[in-house]
Amino acid sequence: MNLYHYASPTTFYRLAGRVVPWAAWTAGILAACGLYIGFFVAPTDFQQGEAYRIIFIHVPAAWMGMLIYLAMAFWGAIGLAFNARLAFIMMRALAPTGALLTFVALWTGAVWGKPMWGTWWVWDARLTSTLVLLFLYLGTLALWSAIEDTRRSDRAGALLTLIGVVNVPIILFSVVWWNTLHQGSSIGVTHAPRMATVMMAGVLTMTLAAWAYAIAVVLARARRLVLERERKTEWVQKILVQEA
Amino acid sequence: MEWASWSEFWSMGGRGFFVWSAFGVTAACVLAEALLLRRSARLSRRRLARLQRWDAAPEGADS
Repeated sequence: MNLYHYASPTTFYRLAGRVVPWAAWTAGILAACGLYIGFFVAPTDFQQGEAYRIIFIHVPAAWMGMLIYLAMAFWGAIGLAFNARLAFIMMRALAPTGALLTFVALWTGAVWGKPMWGTWWVWDARLTSTLVLLFLYLGTLALWSAIEDTRRSDRAGALLTLIGVVNVPIILFSVVWWNTLHQGSSIGVTHAPRMATVMMAGVLTMTLAAWAYAIAVVLARARRLVLERERKTEWVQKILVQEA
Repeated sequence: MEWASWSEFWSMGGRGFFVWSAFGVTAACVLAEALLLRRSARLSRRRLARLQRWDAAPEGADS
């Protein structure tokens, strides 16, 4: 397999164009299944009542917020090391969706916290480090829009993301390292799930839906960025003529 | 089935405001992102096509 083949903007543009509708449909179907499980199959929680159902979006959104940041750091490192154009494009395409899902995680956490903890917000380690993650996303987006020159802008954004990536393990382990109001993890690799099977099925289905959604929007955004950056090339000119 | 009636479903055991504002805001965010993305893709293509016509036009010609 020749990886350079997939790194070419032309191949990427065509391939991504085929993946986007599939990923979008998959996201829709999985979200419908996940919501059905979350609202109609999963029972009422014996401690938390009905408000616990917020976790069906809170947990997937929080996971994706961190994962997308890791993906950004990965593409940033590839971009800096190999000066790959497509890597920087992927980075830029990931950031808005990561910011959005991190915001969703914070929002749903707040409306869960109010009935459960009696407060919308506390400055505990988990919540604070997640807020820092949102600011890292917003800071990177602001940095990109502030630097005119594309090459310098790409590199500055990649550098900032690589520095900011230390925050991800802090979020992950915050509930272990510090005494947080936020509960510890119910699902993990080192222990059996501390959650009923139906509830976990709902969370996992919604997580897959979030993956598919992220793939669809990120690839769609990356395609637009490819066209913009390659607009002087023959293949983009051809596409533009075809669509006009 | 967990719910005896639709009104019981919407009230979410008295926590309806919290549950539905969580799901509502999430749905709004996701839909807004998808729609804005589609719109910006369309506008970007239109702009690129215009730039292309402009580049192709002979020197000094109005296009």
